[in-house]
Amino acid sequence: MTDLLMIRGVSKRFPGVQALTGVDFDLRPGEVHALMGENGAGKSTLMKILAGLQPADDGEILHRGEAIALRSPLEARERGILLIHQELSLSPELSAAENIYLGAWPTNGIGLLRKSELNRRAGEALKALGCDVGPRTRVGSLSIARKQMVEIARIHAFKANVVILDEPTASLTDAERDQLFATIRDLKARGVGIIYISHKMDEIFTITDRITVLRDGIVQGTLTTSETDADRVTQMMIGRKLDAFFSRAEERFGEEVLRVEGLGRRGDYHDVSFSVRQGEVLGLYGLIGAGRSEVVESLFGIRGPDRGKLWWQGRETAFPSPRQAIDMGLCLTPENRKEQGLVLGLGGRDNIVLPSLKAFSRLGIMRRSREQAVYLTYRDLLQIKTTGPATALRTLSGGNQQKFVLAKWLCRKPKLLILDEPTRGIDVGSKAAIHALIAKLAEEGLAVIVISSEMPEVLGVSHRILTMADGRLTGEFSGAAMTEENLIRAVAHHAA
Amino acid sequence: MSWKSGAAAGLRQGGLWVGFVLFMAIVAINAPAFLSPGNLLDVLRQVSITGTIALGVTFVVIAGRLDLSVGSGLTLLTIIIVDQHNHAGPAGAIALTLLAGLAIGAWNGLLVGFLRFNALIVTLAMLSVLQGLALWYSGGSNVSVSSPGWFAVFGRGTWLGIPVPVLLMLAGAALAAFLLRRTAFGRAVFAVGGNETAALFSGISPARTVFLAYLLSGFSTALGAIIMGSRVMGAQSTIGQGYELNVLAGIILGGTSLMGGAGSIWRTLWGVLMLGFIQNGLILMGFPFYAQWLVTWGVIIAAVWIDLAAKRGRMLA
Repeated sequence: MTDLLMIRGVSKRFPGVQALTGVDFDLRPGEVHALMGENGAGKSTLMKILAGLQPADDGEILHRGEAIALRSPLEARERGILLIHQELSLSPELSAAENIYLGAWPTNGIGLLRKSELNRRAGEALKALGCDVGPRTRVGSLSIARKQMVEIARIHAFKANVVILDEPTASLTDAERDQLFATIRDLKARGVGIIYISHKMDEIFTITDRITVLRDGIVQGTLTTSETDADRVTQMMIGRKLDAFFSRAEERFGEEVLRVEGLGRRGDYHDVSFSVRQGEVLGLYGLIGAGRSEVVESLFGIRGPDRGKLWWQGRETAFPSPRQAIDMGLCLTPENRKEQGLVLGLGGRDNIVLPSLKAFSRLGIMRRSREQAVYLTYRDLLQIKTTGPATALRTLSGGNQQKFVLAKWLCRKPKLLILDEPTRGIDVGSKAAIHALIAKLAEEGLAVIVISSEMPEVLGVSHRILTMADGRLTGEFSGAAMTEENLIRAVAHHAA
Repeated sequence: MSWKSGAAAGLRQGGLWVGFVLFMAIVAINAPAFLSPGNLLDVLRQVSITGTIALGVTFVVIAGRLDLSVGSGLTLLTIIIVDQHNHAGPAGAIALTLLAGLAIGAWNGLLVGFLRFNALIVTLAMLSVLQGLALWYSGGSNVSVSSPGWFAVFGRGTWLGIPVPVLLMLAGAALAAFLLRRTAFGRAVFAVGGNETAALFSGISPARTVFLAYLLSGFSTALGAIIMGSRVMGAQSTIGQGYELNVLAGIILGGTSLMGGAGSIWRTLWGVLMLGFIQNGLILMGFPFYAQWLVTWGVIIAAVWIDLAAKRGRMLA
């Protein structure tokens, strides 16, 4: 049987970086082939080459035995090679159908859109996915998970034979993920080859047939999934052995830092009460859309609550503005690091000092040597890989970007640090480093709230876990009660 | 990765340079007076008003907004300073003009910054409002300074052979560059223009930052009006017409992105200067006056194209 896709000796060089060196990779029809590696290992570059977004310097790509040179995404799509990107590429103002066929809308003789034809075809593609989104629905009104289903519907619409899924479950709930896996199995059965990129080990071992590991642009090996395990893959990815994924701090808590009672905001969340103490890591687990981010954004002053009371270090306090929250020592690393966390066009040094312009200036004039000193301190402390203080953060990997978000707050010595999805879409190495950091900060007496959709993460880092569903707190677990079953029951019971 | 398209943008920026040098050479051959020290100083003097106004507008553009109201702002403020010179005296007229400039900036800043109205619409409407106010104030007739005293120094004076308006522009630029690069406010401007949401999540007030940027824009328009009034010693209701486009063209030509979040004062000055040389060269070669409007248009298109190419490069990164 000839392979669907054969990549032979592909290399790609950027100024100063050899992104890929002699990469070989095969994809058989009906196979799910995982591509793994830390961020910066070269996965994205390889995928961009396959999707026609950039050319390879060297090597060849054979599609169905035929050597191809992809010059544009359109060309790749015409050959049936489709990239489903982790950052959704949908136009919010267009309908689902218009998005599915973006740029390839059926038209009549004079170039007018054949709307009914478009909607009919898109409806079929969506139905084939078991997705209840109507083709006429405006995409901007859909949840992230449903947006992703719209994106995946393109597979059917374009009759793709090679599908690249880049972190497809990053924003999906477990139920939605199972639905996606069912779709993947269905595609397999029809002979579609799937390249599956993910950092989530459990998914890799659930759905893939083979695993290829990249490190520093070089293929470390291809393994058969059923004959290997997560430890082996992790070791190949990072080139060393990880001792423990999570470390748990000793449970010695100090004074109460924050307490809220009866917090509510119409349409978002209701009757939320909890408290967190010095040295404690409080987990907040729930599905996307449960209201978790809304609650912490209210605490941080982005959108204040309609009702409720707040105590800060034992004293009843008015709800702060972001500026007041930061000055109090209540800091938030937001859910979406690219949109909310960082100014990607600026360098790491400028981003670190952004919340602290007053502290780093005298009479409004910035003190550059102090900025540089704090940049160097946190670059080394968090082991951030970057080429310089002014290098635009846009060019860094997700893990390194996230470390700069953390540095923004850590340099202020906060009293309560709220981390909303602190490891979403970042590599295992950075993930472990961030988990270790959370434990260390708690040990030093910082109060931490961690929001996560990843159950192993929330179970691994928290001393106590609150569950949230449908805008309400549905459970509180600590010690031996912190189990996967309990958390699932607590959020599923209430989920509408 | 951006290097390829980045290089392409660089090439285009380089192409702009080559085109500019070529243009200078052609003009110099056809009109030898072009490169004479006298003419070079003339060009500098001519761009000093545009350049001074562009200093403040650069803050607005880096903050991700626009200010199209500076043209009729210049008209109104020049009429005010010329007319008030006859009533309040030179010092009083200058103070009044600066206050009026700040008031215009504050109004724009209130609407765009705090009320979050669209900058294009707000300042375009302001362009019209200020033109109306200028006609109302002047009654449609010319105003002029009846007895020019020391006020003439801003537009007509020289110091060590260099025109005072040029020195004013350069001093203003040094101050503006310091404000933009070295102060907390300048950082906030870059942050708000680069990513407003992230700035908000960092405790920076985008509303306040945008408001202050418009204040600067209004203030530098008033400075421009002081130079204009002092040079012409008179004003009528079309005196500032088209300046908004020249200012914007200079800023874009200098390479400050209309997307916000990037740019510099010195690049703005360089862009304004290039535009000045182009317009001066056309006139020296005997092209009719209106030809420079067509060329300005072409230059803006070219600069926007370069900006877009650079942005595309980033998007593929």
